Amino acid sequence: MNFASLSQTLPMMLIGMVGIFIVIVAIILVITLLGKLSNR
Amino acid sequence: METMNFLEQFLELFSNFGNLNWQMLVMWVVGGLLIYLAIAKKMEPSLLLPMGFGTILVNLPLSGAITQGDTEGPLSVLFEAGMSNELFPLLLFIGIGAMIDFGPLLEKPWLMLFGAAAQFGIFFTLCIAGLFFPLKDAASIAIIGAADGPTAIFVANTLMSDYLGPIMVAAYSYMALVPIVQPPVIRALTTKKERCIRMSYQKGSVSRTTRILFPVVVTILAGLVAPASVALVGFLMFGNLLRECGVLNSLSETAQNALANLITILLGMTVASQMTADKFVRPDTLLILALGLFAFVFDTAGGVIFAKVLNIFLPEGKKINPMIGAAGISAFPMSGRVVNQMGLAEDNQNFLLMYSISVNVSGQIASVIAGGLLLALMGV
Repeated sequence: MNFASLSQTLPMMLIGMVGIFIVIVAIILVITLLGKLSNR
Repeated sequence: METMNFLEQFLELFSNFGNLNWQMLVMWVVGGLLIYLAIAKKMEPSLLLPMGFGTILVNLPLSGAITQGDTEGPLSVLFEAGMSNELFPLLLFIGIGAMIDFGPLLEKPWLMLFGAAAQFGIFFTLCIAGLFFPLKDAASIAIIGAADGPTAIFVANTLMSDYLGPIMVAAYSYMALVPIVQPPVIRALTTKKERCIRMSYQKGSVSRTTRILFPVVVTILAGLVAPASVALVGFLMFGNLLRECGVLNSLSETAQNALANLITILLGMTVASQMTADKFVRPDTLLILALGLFAFVFDTAGGVIFAKVLNIFLPEGKKINPMIGAAGISAFPMSGRVVNQMGLAEDNQNFLLMYSISVNVSGQIASVIAGGLLLALMGV
């Protein structure tokens, strides 16, 4: 087993999860804004 | 003498039997099993049936369906034309995008957070698979957790993984096995009291402008963060724009039916071209199937635990039923239905369907973005 790979994959896991939350939160904010603007 | 020649010529007809080996027989059983699951158990029949038949087709000795030496085979040609450049999964995404109604999700966009949380299994599996496989194959195996066949094909192909066949089998089989895989994980992570939490649903309204701008916004945002995902997200969202624009109904219907069906037929058979005995019958395959299951389990756990963490901060009466977090995987609509059925099994007046289906739809977007992020992290 290649335990050395963890030094590469653990940061990838962290960055990946943070990245996906950032993109999703950005989409949520834009959609909420769009909803508010278009319902005026 | 003439009798001998006749006998030799006659026996020559059956000389190909000598090229048969036990690995090919194993693949016939695998192909037969896929066909059985497709027909008898109705598990993803549109994909498992062509894959099953194709598996038998390519595992006949010296099969003319795949390239042998200088002689090109049709399935190998199809693979080069539609898979090695990711064309088939992308075209299928137009059809899938046209099929999805994002309306309920747009009413409550915050539900998308569960879609993000339920991608945890992908990245956690990357760490575990990295212990056994080179990084490109580990990432390709981890994407089984996307619970999204086209995304899995796209990522595994882009990373030029040697394990496309087993990855496809795992991705599509576990998608069909969601009703078996998810409930024990959800039960293990939640109490009966949590599973009985009721969530009232007030129907909101979504303007046509929002519905039309949503696919454009998602494409731009996802593309800016993970450029490698532009094709995946873009084709999915283009399909959705066809549906929502209101002026291209015939194109939307064609994408949902004719295009999606045509590509599905070719996709299943073409994937099967990679399921030759020499690529499939090896110990690695079992490990890949196990890691795929691992990814699904931790996707489910990621969604459920995220909901439980949110509940710590939410006041009484506003708490979320943590089971809806499990629907954040992309297996649509199975996962949403499973969660709803589990809610009804605990309390026959607990209707979670609108929430679970919305979360399930968000999982479709999140899994595609996760695939793009994975490719970006791999330097593609």
